[in-house]
Amino acid sequence: MQPLARLGGWLYAAAFDLMERPMLAVQRLVGVQNVAWAFLLPNLLIFGLFTFIPIALNFMYATTGGDQLLLWERPGVGAENFASLLDCESYLDPNSCQRDLFWRAVHNTGWFVVLQVVFMVLFALITALILNKDLPLRGFFRGVFFYPVLLSPVVVALIWKWILQRNGVLNAGLESAGASPINWLIEANWAFFWVVFISIWAHMGFYVLILLAGLQAIPADVYEAAEMDGGSKWRVFSRITLPLLMPTMVVVLVLSLIRAVQAFDEIYVLTGGGPGSATTLLLQYIYDTGFAERPRLFGLAAAASILMAAVLFALTLLQLRATRGQAEGR
Amino acid sequence: MTLGKLLGGAALALVFAGAASAQELRFACYQDGVECDVWAEQFKAFEAENPGVTVAIDVVPYQSILEGLPVQLAVGEGPDVGRVTDFGGLAQFMLDVRPYVADAAVIEERYGRSLAWARVGDNAPDGIYNIVDQLTATGGFANKTLFDQAGVAMPAPGASWEDWAAAATAVRDATGVDFAMALDRTGHRFAAPAISYGAAYFGADGEPILVDDGFRAFAEQFVAWNEDGTMAKDVWAGAGGGTYADAAAEFINGNLVFYYSGSWQIGRFGRDVGDAFDWVATGGVCGPAACTGMPGGAGIVGFKRTEHPEAVGKLLDFVARDEVQLAVLAQTKNIAANAKLQAEGVTYTDAPAPVTAALATFAASVPDFSPTAYALQGYRNNRAIFTATPARITQAIVGELTMDEALERLDADVAEAVAASQ
Repeated sequence: MQPLARLGGWLYAAAFDLMERPMLAVQRLVGVQNVAWAFLLPNLLIFGLFTFIPIALNFMYATTGGDQLLLWERPGVGAENFASLLDCESYLDPNSCQRDLFWRAVHNTGWFVVLQVVFMVLFALITALILNKDLPLRGFFRGVFFYPVLLSPVVVALIWKWILQRNGVLNAGLESAGASPINWLIEANWAFFWVVFISIWAHMGFYVLILLAGLQAIPADVYEAAEMDGGSKWRVFSRITLPLLMPTMVVVLVLSLIRAVQAFDEIYVLTGGGPGSATTLLLQYIYDTGFAERPRLFGLAAAASILMAAVLFALTLLQLRATRGQAEGR
Repeated sequence: MTLGKLLGGAALALVFAGAASAQELRFACYQDGVECDVWAEQFKAFEAENPGVTVAIDVVPYQSILEGLPVQLAVGEGPDVGRVTDFGGLAQFMLDVRPYVADAAVIEERYGRSLAWARVGDNAPDGIYNIVDQLTATGGFANKTLFDQAGVAMPAPGASWEDWAAAATAVRDATGVDFAMALDRTGHRFAAPAISYGAAYFGADGEPILVDDGFRAFAEQFVAWNEDGTMAKDVWAGAGGGTYADAAAEFINGNLVFYYSGSWQIGRFGRDVGDAFDWVATGGVCGPAACTGMPGGAGIVGFKRTEHPEAVGKLLDFVARDEVQLAVLAQTKNIAANAKLQAEGVTYTDAPAPVTAALATFAASVPDFSPTAYALQGYRNNRAIFTATPARITQAIVGELTMDEALERLDADVAEAVAASQ
């Protein structure tokens, strides 16, 4: 050990000597008080280049019109894009809005977020509670539920497309059972149902894992005490498990909310937003407006993305507040 | 100085001299079949004729031509030459090669109709911007075997959309296949029957007037056919927005009686259907006003950003030659845009009988296409019409909008597109 320790000490000293001169130079150059900024500078530059500048560009595009790509060739239109997106007689009726497709996407996203998050958190909780028990093949089942999370969203969508299409596996099963086949992806309500279902199937495993970690963090002696007191299973769940799991639940809820608002890839491959606009969510509207359709209305897409970012920002603040509350023991 | 140093210096000088005179043209090429491979063979002759000029072909996906190339060109990057389909949309980036071609009059004579597709916006009205090497035409395909099995007579040339709908429905009912008719999910395919029903698409001032009585008449018929199951609802209602969708797989699987698509499907059907069943191209289908299809095509264009405009001009001049086009078309099994070759006909190499017959049917239908169809194909903002049409008509099919609302929105979408592109 001694030669190794000597080698380590020598390396440390060499590194220290090597850094001493540049460090002193930096201190002389920027002053001792500002050395921290000098260290932060590379990260700030990268962050600025790839985060702040694109955000600023997005705001600038949102105030321009036309279909030109280069910002300096685009005419300024002020807040016209925002006004056009928000121009509605009734926000509950997309047909009364100037941008009906935007508001259909808003409505669809709202329903999708509510249904997907509520059912996914519920199913994830039930699954985590089951997988937390001392079951045979517990490790295998944990793997099974987590497996879809590892799949590419495109693969998930294609697998389900083969299952749900007119001549797919599900209809073949129905027909062999004597039932009439259903056009799952052509009927608006069914298409929306499957979009929610598949999204839950694909992402639930991730939240099961988080909830499982939360469940395992609950001290066993609390349950032992409850058992000694003769508490019923429901009472143990509602008075011990749920309250102690609540901090984890909040994180799961906020994370899944943000993810649901950002849903795009699986749905785009599965239904393309159809039939009609029945499964078009906000992100797809932005993509279609800015890139897929002609002319490319970058300004409108940028304005829609800012409105969506505002929603995500509110959700992020909610998460920060919730997690800060946990850290402070509230 | 030693002999070795002298030789080394001379070699270096030669290398740099070579580099200075060498002109490499980068060619972004997409292919439906073997177009880029065939062009690569042909370009060997061009390179032999033009020492120092080489053509480097980058075979790229169609999506890259459609979405990546315009962005590259807008920022002053991109290839010297490309094989594209959106002539109107890319016209502003195209190089006028008229000053560099040997005989502009001959090119005008051979390719006049398709040259017009890139003469939009600020481009010169007599400029030579594009040499179309694959003319496409929309038209119908019928599964002849299903007609024979059903004992239903196939509608004769000149039959109307209603005739085909009635016959295809009878065949579907008799044979038990899933679909009677299908139309690709794009405004381009929709335009042919709409024009046949009387849609003018443009007013007297040349500005688009998308929704008129003719357009409305076919839109209503089309939605009704989707609702009653005559049309395969899966194709249009199965997607959202302006997303393209086709029914080629259903036709190849023998599950569709009549399919309205285009000549670019011929090669695929020849290869994938094989002898599983007999199929025929039906050519144009008629409406009350016309029997037109929609023209379209892919062609080779040079871009203004090139550093070698003369070499690009010579390349397009080479591409336009009759004998070069003939050799390429024979192997790629495409319809000629070259008027001389259209008139003389092309002998396709190793083409199965149904493929040759279908190519002949489609080629024969081209001269009868309506001038409106050509005008729409050459219209700068046609992509806006082609993507807005399926988006709004599908909303009417699935009941999100009434027909009136859908058409009103469609008109507004196109008006906005035109305004945005000013």
